Amino acid sequence: MSALRESLGFLTSRLRQVGIFVALILIVLLFQGLTGGILLEPQNVTNLVVQNSYILILAIGMVMVIIAGHIDLSVGSVAGFIGAVAGVMIVHWGWPWWAAIPACLLVGALVGAWQGYWIAYVGIPAFIVTLAGMLIFRGLTLITLKNQQITPFPAELRALGGGFLPDISGGTSVLEWLTVILGVGATVALLIQALKERRIRRKFDLESEPMVWFVIKTAFTALLMLIITFLLASYRGTPIVLVVLAALVIAYTALMNNSVFGRHTYAIGGNLHAAELSGIKTKAVTFRLFVNMGVLAALAGLVFTARLNSAQPAGGTGFELDSIAAAFIGGAAVTGGIGTVAGAMIGGLIMGVLNNGMSILGLGTDYQQLIKGLVLLVAVGFDIFNKNRSGGGSDLGKRFRLKTTPPPAEEKLTPVASETVEAGAK
Amino acid sequence: MKTPILQMRGITKTFPGVKALQDVTLDVNRGEVHAICGENGAGKSTLMKVLSGVYAHNTFDGEILFENEPCTFSSISDSEKRGIVIIHQELALSPYLSIAENIYLGNEQATNGWVDWRKTNLEAAKLLARVGLDENPVTPVQHISVGKQQLVEIAKALSKEVKLLILDEPTAALNDEDSGHLLDLILHLKGQGVTSIIISHKLNEIRKVADAVTIIRDGKTIETLRLDEGQITQERIIRGMVGRDLESLYPEREPNIGEEVLRIEDWSVRHPQDHARMVVRNANLHVRKGEVVGLAGLMGAGRTELAMSVFGRTYGTATSGKVYKYGEEINTATVSDAIRHGIAYATEDRKHYGLNLIEDIKRNISLASLRKLAKRGFVDKNQETVVANGYRTSMNIKAPSVAAITGKLSGGNQQKVVLSKWMFSDPDVLILDEPTRGIDVGAKFEIYTIIARLAAEGKAVIVISSELPELLGICDRIYTLAAGHITGEVPIAEATQESLMHYMTKEKE
Repeated sequence: MSALRESLGFLTSRLRQVGIFVALILIVLLFQGLTGGILLEPQNVTNLVVQNSYILILAIGMVMVIIAGHIDLSVGSVAGFIGAVAGVMIVHWGWPWWAAIPACLLVGALVGAWQGYWIAYVGIPAFIVTLAGMLIFRGLTLITLKNQQITPFPAELRALGGGFLPDISGGTSVLEWLTVILGVGATVALLIQALKERRIRRKFDLESEPMVWFVIKTAFTALLMLIITFLLASYRGTPIVLVVLAALVIAYTALMNNSVFGRHTYAIGGNLHAAELSGIKTKAVTFRLFVNMGVLAALAGLVFTARLNSAQPAGGTGFELDSIAAAFIGGAAVTGGIGTVAGAMIGGLIMGVLNNGMSILGLGTDYQQLIKGLVLLVAVGFDIFNKNRSGGGSDLGKRFRLKTTPPPAEEKLTPVASETVEAGAK
Repeated sequence: MKTPILQMRGITKTFPGVKALQDVTLDVNRGEVHAICGENGAGKSTLMKVLSGVYAHNTFDGEILFENEPCTFSSISDSEKRGIVIIHQELALSPYLSIAENIYLGNEQATNGWVDWRKTNLEAAKLLARVGLDENPVTPVQHISVGKQQLVEIAKALSKEVKLLILDEPTAALNDEDSGHLLDLILHLKGQGVTSIIISHKLNEIRKVADAVTIIRDGKTIETLRLDEGQITQERIIRGMVGRDLESLYPEREPNIGEEVLRIEDWSVRHPQDHARMVVRNANLHVRKGEVVGLAGLMGAGRTELAMSVFGRTYGTATSGKVYKYGEEINTATVSDAIRHGIAYATEDRKHYGLNLIEDIKRNISLASLRKLAKRGFVDKNQETVVANGYRTSMNIKAPSVAAITGKLSGGNQQKVVLSKWMFSDPDVLILDEPTRGIDVGAKFEIYTIIARLAAEGKAVIVISSELPELLGICDRIYTLAAGHITGEVPIAEATQESLMHYMTKEKE
């Protein structure tokens, strides 16, 4: 009984993380049923990955910006602008792809530096600066393209959007073996990492996750990875952009969790003044976050352009909203200080599966927008409802008891009322 | 001739898992000032919320009689209709609205939905005169001091024809002068027949104004002390609050003072917005190894401003002056410079400036010294946990683990996390700004013990405090500030509250 209670208590305390994951699975199952199995066909899974890759790339940078307590409305325009720049460099000027890609990323960094300067050093709110940026870079996109699309791009660049890793079996076997090796390898690495982390947490007595839940969660994640591997391997193998995305997710997760820079980002979003008085160079961190956002927006623009095989005046329109939605559905807090790269990826996938599933069903963009908007509202609403109900934090026993009776309003984490916070520690 | 105005009987209020109030009794007589004392978390504020209708009548057990009639309030507006007005610790004024607008907020002087400005301002002016506030009613509230804002709150209460005024820690944010004025006003209102309940930590204030004191501990009434029975003494109140005698409020220590560590010479600071205004003027001070030095001063004397400007220019602009450490001039132009030179500053406002309340203990402790834990830019989390666990033990931070969120800790434990953060930065000089503000008596003693231990370890400690007995209890030497000048330097052997107050008010004489 106590073990069960403990497990349930843990689950309620992690309702948000568990909930978002379960939501993704339910949405996948729902559309799998509605589309008569088309959603999880190998070809469609591959499409899903490629179609959403640029939003996911943007969501990585976006969640970091949001964690620091800012926002970036300009990423769609910046992605479109970089697509245009790539078009001019490669198609008009004849630059080779290996020179154009770093050059485009550099332009992205400069764009980020421009916005970061106004936000960090001048002190204009990010909302205003990037709203201006949204207009400025859309304008520059149109100017650069002279209102006409640029096409076609060479195959090497197109590979970034729609290419696959080479088939080592030479196309003879049913399964693409390189993908199988990579997928199984990644799964094993994940298992080892999970066990290692749990051992360390146990060692320092920080573990609150019941064994049962750990086994279920880890086994499930591993199974999911293997299924995706199998599906990809039965079509054309691993999309190149998936490799890029996986590398980014791993690198940025490490950066946000363990690096000094990542810690400073969370600290700034959690309490700017306390961060400043702890010797953190808050302006420099903010500046770098926007430079980083610019580079990722440039990369997303390149992937998008490569996939369409054309740089278009309207390219990237609305990306900012999808990536912001991904970050918030993935659990980032509007007030900053809270959020994860992994959460933003799941949030992005939820949006992606909704898009893809509804397209297969033949629903128009009208209904797609309506439903996506509602999903965003419900996800964040659930978050706030959950926070109000449980009072934040992760005190598991208390959480579980609180399930039946809602606590008084004063149990909420209000940083101003000293008596209230006092009471929480009793 | 004493008639009860308020009787609370058998009040029991339960939150899920916690009994916040248990069979609490409170009797307040008409026309008295009744103080409620208790440690943080004892249930004082909960009791007042029960009384004022924040908690509806059906969410607790027990009965409330006000003017001999039972009360069943469902909201604050119900209790206000009966003349019970509560003024919370955090003032509920709208900064951009005028004084008059704030006074009549929610109670607008209107005819047919249109505000009668003449009447509003005229009536407001009368109320301001009653509370002794000499301000124009059309002045925006943000332009007057916190002390005056407190008076506006009281004027607002008077506009509602208050019979019972409840003040929750009314002087917590006020300087001694404003506090004195406020307490006088409470006594003045008492003369006009207004009954007051005052929640306060400050025992000297209670002794000044209270006719009766009810002590609450762990959600229960301990006793009610009455002035006319000669029961209100500091010792008796403290004993009631903590449930034991504090033989000494301050730990014994043997100062072992060594060489000079930090010297500040000719330090001047200008106000960040108003550049013509000098907040600190030509200050000179020094602190030695193993020494605890106090900075005393009334609010606005420039104590915090002095400390923060030295600590990475985090306050003010165009500072002049020099900082020396071990006789060599150092540059403390940014916070990281100051930290690198071994200076630490623990802020007076730990919730807004000291802690990341949504983050856990270990990440707060490591924040100022992440580089010490990092290899090639990546933090060694194991080492971080080991360090944090070490401080949890040595500082006696009461929390289930170092992964606990700091926002859920009590004030005393939060302060210990702040101190741990700065101890981990391994400073030679610690500047502690109001280290015991908002902390209950038992935890204060722990903080004093930590300060004594830091000094014994050879740190130089500067303590800024508004509580003179505290400075007298823990310091070796005390500087006094008045209007930005250092007006006195008093060795502890010669220091008394009176002598310090003399220097602290020197400018004005």
